[in-house]
Amino acid sequence: MKILVPVKRAIDYNVKVRVKSDQSGVDLANTKMAINPFCEIAVEEAVRLKEQGVATEIVAVSIGDKACQEQIRTALALGADRGLHIETEQSLESLQVAKLLQKVVEAEQPQLVILGKQSIDSDNNQTGQMLAALCGLPQGTFASKVEINGDKVNVTREVDGGLQTVALALPAVVTTDLRLNEPRYASLPNIMKAKRKPLDVKAAADFGVELTSKVKLLKVEAPAQRQGGVKVADVAELVAKLKNEAKVI
Amino acid sequence: MAILVYVEHDNAHLKAENLKLVDAATKMGSELHLLVAGYQCQDVAQQAATLAGVSKVLVADDAAYQHQLAENIGELVTELGRDYSHILAAATTTGKNFMPRVAALLDVAQISDIINVESADTFVRPIYAGNAIATVQSEDAIKVITVRTSAFDAVEQSGSAALEAISLNKANNLSAFVGAELTKSERPELTAARVVISGGRGMQNGDNFKLLEGIADKLGAAIGASRAAVDAGFVPNDMQVGQTGKIVAPELYIAVGISGAIQHLAGMKDSKVIVAINKDEEAPIFQIADYGLVGDLFQILPELEASL
Ligand SMILES: Cc1cc2nc3c(=O)[nH]c(=O)nc-3n(C[C@H](O)[C@H](O)[C@H](O)COP(=O)(O)OP(=O)(O)OC[C@H]3O[C@@H](n4cnc5c(N)ncnc54)[C@H](O)[C@@H]3O)c2cc1C
Repeated sequence: MKILVPVKRAIDYNVKVRVKSDQSGVDLANTKMAINPFCEIAVEEAVRLKEQGVATEIVAVSIGDKACQEQIRTALALGADRGLHIETEQSLESLQVAKLLQKVVEAEQPQLVILGKQSIDSDNNQTGQMLAALCGLPQGTFASKVEINGDKVNVTREVDGGLQTVALALPAVVTTDLRLNEPRYASLPNIMKAKRKPLDVKAAADFGVELTSKVKLLKVEAPAQRQGGVKVADVAELVAKLKNEAKVI
Repeated sequence: MAILVYVEHDNAHLKAENLKLVDAATKMGSELHLLVAGYQCQDVAQQAATLAGVSKVLVADDAAYQHQLAENIGELVTELGRDYSHILAAATTTGKNFMPRVAALLDVAQISDIINVESADTFVRPIYAGNAIATVQSEDAIKVITVRTSAFDAVEQSGSAALEAISLNKANNLSAFVGAELTKSERPELTAARVVISGGRGMQNGDNFKLLEGIADKLGAAIGASRAAVDAGFVPNDMQVGQTGKIVAPELYIAVGISGAIQHLAGMKDSKVIVAINKDEEAPIFQIADYGLVGDLFQILPELEASL
């Protein structure tokens, strides 16, 4: 079976962002970028399914400017077979990304699409679900376990109350949670090999999808800074402060 | 046009989040309708009818909706939602699951996890794990929104809205419920608790979380955890607080053996009072804690329990 894995180029999770002084956004100039952690988990899951003999081909797709080819190469180094870059200079919202991915699903006909549940920049948690709805497919979001079972996939989901398992008819869309797997590191030989794997480039504008969102970003501000407080000497002082000063116990 | 609010419930109980969700809705318009979709959920509908400001409760009581699967709930809400100006749900794992489907089927954007309402079309939401706060304006005809309920106040339960049965069956063969392992706890829910005490990697194992239980019992607190504690298998996933876990804003948050990574802070930094207990005086958690206590948690926790 073929698996499609969309990956996003995002800020490295160790980097603390700074808001631009004109409030137009966050300053990403000279910032370390990486494959969004949840997308990396998605690639790893696809690669494991291939290693188990369940998947036969893994296609990694990324939408964005030229730089996101780096993240496609990362996916190829981790074990994806070929890449597709949908090029645009515009920064897209989830719905527009989902519509482009819908076209890719129509062309590639994968049995499974595995995406990260959210990207750590916009924190939207939408794209996988939107893609599933647009394609009329079932979804298993926030997955911590994925088991292919004939023409179905069983997905164990991390939900607020604990865990829930659903059975989905294939083809289906899965979005990853943190505990689905621990991604491997790409070996140097695999990084070298990835450079020779096929990577197609297509212009987003050629897909016949309206790329402009009706949601406008008015401003981006830094959050109110919390003032650090005091250190207390011992438990007795802590309890006294909580009782008399903060009045929370 | 009216606002449709999706009620969070487990077929038996109205979740506390709904009181805050309705508060967010009242800031967008005056006519509010609730939707209770589930199976044998009449009690929930009765409770929902008491939420202040609500004029009507739509009740879709059907075996197909028992587990509130995204595929059929998405279609139900899409069909009902066409006549509304806004569709709201809490940013819980239920709301996050089906709402983007609704937005996509209606061909509109979703605005996720709002923390403030500036006007009927302008909303505030955190991005980058809460390290930046965005204000966005939507020109979509229908606004599909998930709400971070911890950022809003609870409405009163003083109303008496009319109930209206909805018979729309959206059963399909795409997905089926197989099973659930839900954590049972006598304690308050993390997202609704007045006090939360959380343990991190410093707890060393799951057994040591018992040290937090005695304190939690005395304070009526919920118990949370860092991702490191969950990944290490000390405690189940539903206890994770943070960017990708639960977002909490209690009166008092006590972080024990937690270093204070930005992803953890994203889930608790809006708590009213923060206490940090950590043996490393350089731990970043102290930069945001109101009261920091440097020391060995294995010594401090029993002392704290005894002095409450
Ligand atoms: C995409 C992504 C999403 C993430 N989402 C989340 C999230 O939602 N929530 C979350 O929490 N993390 C999240 N993380 C992980 C986060 O980056 C940190 O790794 C994690 O929060 C660390 O947990 P910790 O503080 O328990 O462990 P550590 O950072 O290892 O800290 C342990 C602390 O315990 C202290 N300690 C040890 N022994 C004792 C003792 N005897 N007495 C007192 N103190 C002691 C140490 O001094 C240290 O400060 C995410 C990471 C990524 C990449």
